[in-house]
Amino acid sequence: MKGLLTRLSAMLRSGETSSYELTKKYIAEIEKSNPSLNAYVHLTFERALKDAETADKMLKNGVGGALTGIPYALKDNICTDGLLTTCCSRILCDFKPYYNAAVVEKLNSVGAVLLGKTNMDEFAMGSTSETSCYGAPLNPRNLSYVTGGSSGGSAAAVAANIAPYALGSDTGGSIRQPAAFCGVVGFKPTYGAVSRYGLIAYGSSLDQIGPITHTVSDAALVYDAIRGADVRDMTSAATDAAPTVLDPEVKGIKIALADEFFEGLDGEMKALIEGVVKKYEAYGAEVSSVSIPSLKTALPVYYIIACAEASSNLGRYDGIRYGFRAADYSDVDDMVVRTRTQGFGKEVQKRIMLGTYVLSSGYFDAYYKKACLLREKLKGEMDKVFEKFDLLIAPTAPVTAFKRGYSGGNAIETYHSDVCTVPVNIAGLPAISIPCGKTKTGLPVGMQIIGDRFADSAVLSAAYFCEAESVCGEEIYEGDVRL
Amino acid sequence: MKYELVSGFETHVELATATKIFCGCTTAFGGSPNTHCCPVCTGQPGALPVLNRRVVEFGIRAGLALNCKINTVTHLDRKNYCYPDLPKAYQISQYDKPLCEHGWVELESGKRIGITRIHIEEDAGKLVHERGVTYIDYNRGGVPLIEIVSEPDISSPEEAREYVEKLQLIMRYIGVSDCKMQEGSMRCDVNISLRVHGSDELGTRTEIKNMNSLSFIERAMEYEYSRQAEILDAGKKVEQCTMRFDEHTGETYVMRTKEDAQDYRYFPEPDILTVVIPESKVKAISDSLPELPLAKLRRYITELGVNEHNARLMYRYAKVCRFFEEAIAEGASAKHCSNLITGAVFSALATEEDKEQFSVSLSSKEFAKLVRLIDDGKINFTLAQMTLSRMLADGGNVDDYLTAADLAGVDEGELERLCAEAVANNPRAVADFKAGKEKAISALYGYIKRATQGKADIKKADEIIKKLIN
Repeated sequence: MKGLLTRLSAMLRSGETSSYELTKKYIAEIEKSNPSLNAYVHLTFERALKDAETADKMLKNGVGGALTGIPYALKDNICTDGLLTTCCSRILCDFKPYYNAAVVEKLNSVGAVLLGKTNMDEFAMGSTSETSCYGAPLNPRNLSYVTGGSSGGSAAAVAANIAPYALGSDTGGSIRQPAAFCGVVGFKPTYGAVSRYGLIAYGSSLDQIGPITHTVSDAALVYDAIRGADVRDMTSAATDAAPTVLDPEVKGIKIALADEFFEGLDGEMKALIEGVVKKYEAYGAEVSSVSIPSLKTALPVYYIIACAEASSNLGRYDGIRYGFRAADYSDVDDMVVRTRTQGFGKEVQKRIMLGTYVLSSGYFDAYYKKACLLREKLKGEMDKVFEKFDLLIAPTAPVTAFKRGYSGGNAIETYHSDVCTVPVNIAGLPAISIPCGKTKTGLPVGMQIIGDRFADSAVLSAAYFCEAESVCGEEIYEGDVRL
Repeated sequence: MKYELVSGFETHVELATATKIFCGCTTAFGGSPNTHCCPVCTGQPGALPVLNRRVVEFGIRAGLALNCKINTVTHLDRKNYCYPDLPKAYQISQYDKPLCEHGWVELESGKRIGITRIHIEEDAGKLVHERGVTYIDYNRGGVPLIEIVSEPDISSPEEAREYVEKLQLIMRYIGVSDCKMQEGSMRCDVNISLRVHGSDELGTRTEIKNMNSLSFIERAMEYEYSRQAEILDAGKKVEQCTMRFDEHTGETYVMRTKEDAQDYRYFPEPDILTVVIPESKVKAISDSLPELPLAKLRRYITELGVNEHNARLMYRYAKVCRFFEEAIAEGASAKHCSNLITGAVFSALATEEDKEQFSVSLSSKEFAKLVRLIDDGKINFTLAQMTLSRMLADGGNVDDYLTAADLAGVDEGELERLCAEAVANNPRAVADFKAGKEKAISALYGYIKRATQGKADIKKADEIIKKLIN
């Protein structure tokens, strides 16, 4: 198997290197390139070295798993006990939770080593990571371009190989889109496959944690380490007990291409994706074209539902119990208003207002309720597709990475860059973005493979086909072992 | 009175589950501030609610006891509002699909007060004001509540009191809440409007929030009735508003008007899955419901022949009823059991709380044994009462206090001798009795009781005395 994590694990198990040495190498690389990349916003080196020593003991005793002793990066909206977790928002600038997210607990228990928390759009609201209160991370493929978002720091850290892997969160494409923009692999599991306990909520019915990695096999390893039912998250569900088996055989699998995903797509990007689809056909997959009319409503449905939930989820940031509090105020109400006005950035305020509006009496039926009905309709159409087909293939985004600073003045166009990813969250499906080539300008293009609910291993296997058969040329970049 | 009072109640009842509605924290009352808390009930970022199964079961139990239909497919909703005691800035409650609907509570008159709905929700924390500083205690945050919404069927303060008392009793009987108004485990919002007698139209209502005492409820309703009547008499309109009752002045005052009514922006809680309750579960809960208070009261009086006074004293306390029913199941007579319970036993239980808890060092079996001795004429009621008081005080058994001699009673010859003595020594009482003063004879009973330390069978003595006198 082609995978950085597999190789690192083998080296750690054989004693070729230690977790401590490996962690030190990554720390050195981060110190070198992070000041310019801004991928990490909080570094946890001291703790990392301690954890590495613990991991080395585990390795020596032959316990742990595939990720034991391997460092990783974590998006800053995932809670870490005693470590800053800010969602890259001023309002949580000093927030240190006293509990770990479920995924962090799982990774801790196998001796994974946390290097630091990664940059992101404030509260995961954005498609460029430029709404971060710490400034945007840069795209390691081309520093003049954004990383995408909201998990831009995680994608940049992996792309620059200053993290062997990272966790991100995906509400409307926040793992897949930055993975596509940075030319790495990003996997959003089925809604419920990974516990959301400790993930600071944006759109609760859409949010899902997943890995950003160099390769598909790496993604499967990380996915296996973090998935499964959690009693603390009622929306989580049991997944297969056995590890994911990656099967590159595509003979006989039925792939659908939905016309709506390709409408108006740039010719160069379209050609790259069609090239990969042809390979699937060449290896025996059956490819057909379908229509999913509700895809056209997905973007407004997403922005209504996500903002409605966000307006409620973010109500708790009032400066009373934790986080930032405005300095001067006349009474409690004034304190809350000033705290929120000063603590939240513009994009977050915009979405809170939008969400408040669509839930208000008199507008609820016209917006929120209608969006919920359309959500059910889209789910129904997706169900129909998966009655006949195994997978959908689509672009990850209709565009490549934006130039830095571009989206500030082009909000609608930026929102539109989520058009291919949001339907997946609305329907709770698993989807992966893998690199499928570069445009003439040298920017990576991502291709999305979407599966039915809880068909995560089918999605991973189909993506693994590309990796195993090198159908995407050199685009799946394995990442150097840092020694 | 020109106007008819129209009132509906929204009653919050804290459920007696061991843990909170969405986390494992204790629901115990009190505790140092913020010690019964965790990331979930203080709304920490990233924490998620997990619905406590028992809360749903208790809600169903309450619903069935109030004759409701149970919605077996239901969900929770978020009620969004901003207040420091609400750490998530939304309360998880139920909006368009409550757990229970369409029930009623029966009053003693036979009138039914309709129950519109019962839903489950979480309680908020508490603000504590001390020397100009406000503190927040989240211990109560996340304690499970049911909100029982009645139809506007209540037409007097007296009916209101009975309705609340009946609710209280029923909730205690079925074990879902202790309903202690003084501790806040039961609180009422009272909606009041007036209309001219005979009219079908409802007037504009006002809502008095957070009432936590029965007498305050009655006083507030009386005050609000006259306030609204005055407005209507003057030809003006009552303004819809939310009010508070000032217990010192006995007046209601406006808290907020309709214009400042909050928009709660209810929407389905995405963190909690749809609740699907199997019919078999509802049936099992229904089967496990005990006999309810009013039915019990009526049965005690009509079937068991307990006098109404005693029946009313006993039926308020579920544990007392259980003790009583166990004793009669052991073959003791309902009449003597109820007399002794409301007599000697209640004297040993000074407060309401004591009677509620009913922790006495007396088994229903020993109690029944004692009562059977009266039933069989072995001892009289007075001796039984004295013995019972000692058993309650020392925790002993019947045999520890009653000797064979006590149980042997007073032999016939001795009793006849004593009766003759009583007649001879009480000429005045005898004369009065002969003159028609029936009660005068009790002086002679007293004489016999004293002489035999209560061992004599007074019924027999009565026969002998009357024979002697006549």
